[in-house]
Amino acid sequence: MSYTKRNDGRKFDEMRKMEAKLGIIPRADGSAMFKVGDTIAIAAVYGPRELHPKFMQNPERGILRCNYDMTSFSVPERKRPGPSRRSTEISLVTEKALIPVLDLKQFPNAVVDVFIEIIQANSGTRCAGITAASMALAHAGVPMKDLVSAVSVGKVGDKIVIDLDKYEEDYEDGATDIPVAMTGNYDITLLQLDGNVSKDDFLKALELAKKGCSEIDKIQRKTLREFYKGVKNE
Amino acid sequence: MNNDYIRSLIEKGKRIDDRKLDEFRKIVIETNVSKNSAGSARCKIGETEVIVGVKFDIGEPYPDSPGEGTIIVTAELIPVANPDFELGPPGSKATELARIVDRGIRESECIDFRKLCVKEGEKVWMVFIDIYPLNDDGNLIDASVLASLKALSEAKFPKIVNDKVDHESKTNVGLKLSKLPITTTIYKINNNLIVDVNNKEEEVIDARLSVSVADGNIHAMQKGGDVPLRFDDINKMIDIAMKKEKELAKFLK
Repeated sequence: MSYTKRNDGRKFDEMRKMEAKLGIIPRADGSAMFKVGDTIAIAAVYGPRELHPKFMQNPERGILRCNYDMTSFSVPERKRPGPSRRSTEISLVTEKALIPVLDLKQFPNAVVDVFIEIIQANSGTRCAGITAASMALAHAGVPMKDLVSAVSVGKVGDKIVIDLDKYEEDYEDGATDIPVAMTGNYDITLLQLDGNVSKDDFLKALELAKKGCSEIDKIQRKTLREFYKGVKNE
Repeated sequence: MNNDYIRSLIEKGKRIDDRKLDEFRKIVIETNVSKNSAGSARCKIGETEVIVGVKFDIGEPYPDSPGEGTIIVTAELIPVANPDFELGPPGSKATELARIVDRGIRESECIDFRKLCVKEGEKVWMVFIDIYPLNDDGNLIDASVLASLKALSEAKFPKIVNDKVDHESKTNVGLKLSKLPITTTIYKINNNLIVDVNNKEEEVIDARLSVSVADGNIHAMQKGGDVPLRFDDINKMIDIAMKKEKELAKFLK
């Protein structure tokens, strides 16, 4: 079956409307909000701070710890509070998506905690979380070699599309969902896939992710630049 | 900031942020913070920020109240909000917060539980009220109550299709709150009574009393903190809560 027109009228290579904010949680060392369509992710960074329990400490460098969570009311049917197998896995891949750009050598025995909370969900939540977390880490002043941006690409019906929404993810004739995160230098730090897709189509989708990520990267940089505009170096 | 300094300021009737002892920080309440909820609200008191979402589901009534639905209040002190909050199941602080909110709403009977009955003895509405602090700069209790009341008054029931709740749907039927049980927490430091502590003040309090008041009647109370209260303190604390009820209710209009 041909998927001729996107449910929300977007072009196949068009992202949903995006919005980013910095410093939304005053108590955190760094924080950010990233909104894409109806998906809203917030991220708070605490640290570098002392890591407990002590046996987890690394005397060589600081460690990164990520936690992904959804509010109970972020999805249509109330989600039971607390972790699930899904959220545990997303926390893990989020950590792996972000660690390559961090330089934590200056912080032996310390931890940088990243807490992601999904306030409203309409697909692409892990990607929105990673995008928000990357900005929050920069806001916290953690040494970084680059930013990380993330988007979900895939195949809906017979079309390669970017930034799938819930309708497309649940598309009746089948959808392949490929969450991707990359650095500004297009190093891929997150790659997952669920569905059924040929190698050719997969590579096309990955190219599309590159385009999406560079759009997100621009928004991240612009948000950071504007936040620090007028802040003098001390 | 030095704890002794905070206490000595309060002795002089002053606070670190220049407020009066009985003065709240700026209160901002917004609605519709999460589309998939039945109703949601954000309450900011100064830099304290709490979001609350309401959800409905169908469940079996309790055997002792076959014709009544119920509310289920949960608070998650997510580590986003405070460097001292940890991951894991709700601890005593989260549980106490949820129960204070629950009792104010339940005991005031601002929601008629009989109207939550779908089929006596079999099916009733369960109203989930889920509280998430996003930034803890003190006085989470009062902020959580305000956000919960606002989210409840915004909430719309979903449709029931073939005996099942269609969570994607919304009717235009809401909960009607017959009154607004407002909770004011009064904190005691030495012999001074203050309201709406920020997180630095919260660290040095001796005791607190949360008083839930609707239309001048008391519906729930909770004493906290390690130091006992005198009769005279409680008397004054209730007077403050009565006064604040009228002041805070304006933000829910």
